[in-house]
Amino acid sequence: MKKPTANFKPCWIFSTLLLSAFTFIGRRAIASPPEKTTEKEELLVLPGEVGQRGERLVVSLRGEPKTLNPLISVDTPSREVIGTMQADLVHINRATQLTEPALAKSWKISPDGLRYTLVLRRGLKFSDGYPMDADDVLFTFRLYLDEKVHAPQRDLLIFDGKPISLQKVDSHTIVFQLPKPYGVMERMFDGWAILPRHLLEKPYEEGKIAQVGALTTPPNHWAGLGPFRLKEYVAGQRLVLERNPYYWKTDAKGNRLPYLDELVFLFVPSADAQVLRFQSGETGVISRLGAENFSVLSRDQKDYAMVDAGPGLEYNFLFFNLNDLGEKAPPEMIQKQKWFRDLKFRQAVSSAVDREAIVRLVYQGRGAALWGLVTPGNRRWADEKLPHSPRSLEKARELLKEAGFSWGVPGNGDSWLQDSDGKPVEFSIIAQSSSSERSKMAALIQDDLKQLGMRVQVVPLESRSLLDRVTQTKQYDACVLGAASYDADPNSDINVWLSSGGLHLWNPSQARPATPWEAEIDRLINEQMYASTFEQRKKLYDRAQEVLAENQPMIFLVSPNILAGAKNTIGNFHPAVLEPYVFWNVEQLYLKNGTENATR
Amino acid sequence: MKMQRALTRWLLALGALHGTVVCAGFFAPYDPAVQDRMYPYLPPMRVHLVDTQGHLHARPFVYQPKLRVGSFDQYEEDITDPRPVKFLPSGDYYRLLGFLSCRRHLFGAKNARIYLLGTDAYGRDQLSRLLFGGQVSLVAGLLGAGITLLIGMCIGAVAGYFGGWRDGLLMRLSELFMALPWLYLLFAIRAFLPLAVSPLKAFFLIIAVIGTVGWARPARLVRGVVLSAKERDFVRAARGFGATNGYLLRRHILPETSSVLLTQAAILIPQYVLAEMTLSFLGLGVPEPVPSWGNLLSSLQQYSVLISHWWMYLPAVAIVPFFLGYLGLASSLHERGAAYKIESRILGNLT
Repeated sequence: MKKPTANFKPCWIFSTLLLSAFTFIGRRAIASPPEKTTEKEELLVLPGEVGQRGERLVVSLRGEPKTLNPLISVDTPSREVIGTMQADLVHINRATQLTEPALAKSWKISPDGLRYTLVLRRGLKFSDGYPMDADDVLFTFRLYLDEKVHAPQRDLLIFDGKPISLQKVDSHTIVFQLPKPYGVMERMFDGWAILPRHLLEKPYEEGKIAQVGALTTPPNHWAGLGPFRLKEYVAGQRLVLERNPYYWKTDAKGNRLPYLDELVFLFVPSADAQVLRFQSGETGVISRLGAENFSVLSRDQKDYAMVDAGPGLEYNFLFFNLNDLGEKAPPEMIQKQKWFRDLKFRQAVSSAVDREAIVRLVYQGRGAALWGLVTPGNRRWADEKLPHSPRSLEKARELLKEAGFSWGVPGNGDSWLQDSDGKPVEFSIIAQSSSSERSKMAALIQDDLKQLGMRVQVVPLESRSLLDRVTQTKQYDACVLGAASYDADPNSDINVWLSSGGLHLWNPSQARPATPWEAEIDRLINEQMYASTFEQRKKLYDRAQEVLAENQPMIFLVSPNILAGAKNTIGNFHPAVLEPYVFWNVEQLYLKNGTENATR
Repeated sequence: MKMQRALTRWLLALGALHGTVVCAGFFAPYDPAVQDRMYPYLPPMRVHLVDTQGHLHARPFVYQPKLRVGSFDQYEEDITDPRPVKFLPSGDYYRLLGFLSCRRHLFGAKNARIYLLGTDAYGRDQLSRLLFGGQVSLVAGLLGAGITLLIGMCIGAVAGYFGGWRDGLLMRLSELFMALPWLYLLFAIRAFLPLAVSPLKAFFLIIAVIGTVGWARPARLVRGVVLSAKERDFVRAARGFGATNGYLLRRHILPETSSVLLTQAAILIPQYVLAEMTLSFLGLGVPEPVPSWGNLLSSLQQYSVLISHWWMYLPAVAIVPFFLGYLGLASSLHERGAAYKIESRILGNLT
């Protein structure tokens, strides 16, 4: 399953809005934390540059987070904030893209691959000082698995309709029992925030769990295991987090992390306004930057440095409406789908698209042309054997000719493409009006296809109505869209791959695969999910990528680079290509010398 | 006399400006939709007469641009590669005045493309887009104003001439229309239309909408003139001789409204050009790749374009002489109308 990314955010926002509208929290006096724990702490020592304590870092956030509650968060700003306040059992290192111990100091897999035994660190405490143990883990997963909680990630814990089960061995050992062997379970632990039982048990029993964790929650009613904890929230303006004094990591010299005293998120809704704030020095770090803004900022780098972290995991693509529209489809749509379903037509379009021009004109060279779903940024999983056929209009014309298309010449020398019934090839491409990049891609494709004699119109649409057309009403011809895998592992894109998946965009949520090659992909993806070694999985996944590339239901375009910037005074700034691009090592970020105050 | 001269001057200036836009195909060196993907956001090229060695050339030339080393978006002139400017070369196909097939352009460059006003994000010639975009914007303004005035004149004449309940009804309706937030109305109309509208359809749709929404103000002005005109002696006399309503309106009353209508036209046209630009700027006008002044400016919505590529502002500069021309014309028309009125009043008293 794939977590909804920024691109698919709109369909989720609404529900979270409603939920967070109820900001009630069980009114209980929070007793001061028990001080009895004298257990020796098993802290995680992080390698890397040793920094200095103190100061505060101000950053801008694209929108106001809807919630601090990991059980119901789906929007990008919420996830970004929660990422700095919560911790998981096993963590994927965003730089190496490999798993490493987090709250669990070690784990063991039984030979049959069904039992995962995790051993927790000793002396862990929540940010309010309460000790954390196996009961919190059991409680947390009970919540995630509870259907009534509606956790968006719940599907990931269900295998063939059966949920995983947990057993407590002792206060620091937990066994996860899987219904089916699953090759990468330890990777799956990433992102499951372990929640405080002492705060959430009562609301859960009262059925009010979805209302917990609103931004208006008093700071002493909310706790996590991440490097920062809630301090202050000013609606519409900012969210202030402070250092969690009980955090379980230290630097190489044994200083407890995080270095920063405070982390301030300003709510700055537009990308351009974020650039201005960063330029004026109001914010210290900027990420999720477009190439044009990046080059604007790169032009006078005095107080700050810009970093191009290379191609990320975002992939942009063009796809045609291949849904089975049934009897009700209007005749012109049936005609159009006749072309779209023709593999040669799709191959011709793919062959005519000038990907290099998109990289140059849309991303100013800061991106990579793409021929498959797995981007070059995903070093372990990208299929190197995938053919990178260069742009060729001759080949495209050849393919169209073979598929029975021909060219009519009306008057002025421009020739228009027509199908075997003599109908001119005309269709529209919808693109998100909010994304200038994707609108530009669509305009370039329009011009590319004009050279094949296709009459294409680009229709900019607001994101939500675009998604509505693609996933609900299915009234569109073709669409340019992008998505970002949240993890390098193939399973993060499973909803795109499987014909039953909701993000199998060209024909989503099929009852059974519509074509033999979709069935083949389903088989390969399911097999790789349960295969035990990397080599086996890689082989199956490569094959799936090849089948996808042969059939071109998605015509892949480009993968933009991950672009970010930070003030020169910020140490340990190493943007990664995985989300959260710059805050994956937020506990290690620090301000040098302490001479500069990052805020006003 | 002085007034007449001012009027002629304004008309000549506007005529020249419109002539340039009407013959856009000839003055523009290229097809406005053709992308030159090697040169996105190329700044305006400089035309030289003297080369780097100080030699004077008889024929002006440009240097071929090249990307600055290590940059994706900064260009410099390649001084080893001069390309002479050619006059009246044969180039992209276009239709002069909408029907004459032509390939002849005012200027071009030998074996190169010349961008006097730079290029946009897709490497399209900004000058050609500006000229062709003017066709869309100005025609929208002219036609829109024409429709408005026609509707306004009819409704105003009916309301003023017949009076009574018709007058009441039409004037209340006009108040309703004046209170309408037309921009939001346009949003709403656009949302109900089919997904993909061809450029031509979108164009006529805009004209129809802006044309039909703005009739209220001219209608009220016309009504006022008609109200006073229908009580004039010569109208009464004609009625006494048995003239029909239609004849009276056509022959005696509506001619009285001409100066009001002309002044209104001169004010409305630039207003409607601006309306079209607003719509296209917001993405509701003619779709890409057809240029209009509004969608040429829409790239300025991005901060990076705003501060890096000054030549993208040029369409905004280009509208200034047009608006100035129309407003100048409006004021001289107004003065002439006032003078005419005084004259006729004096003459009327004398006789």
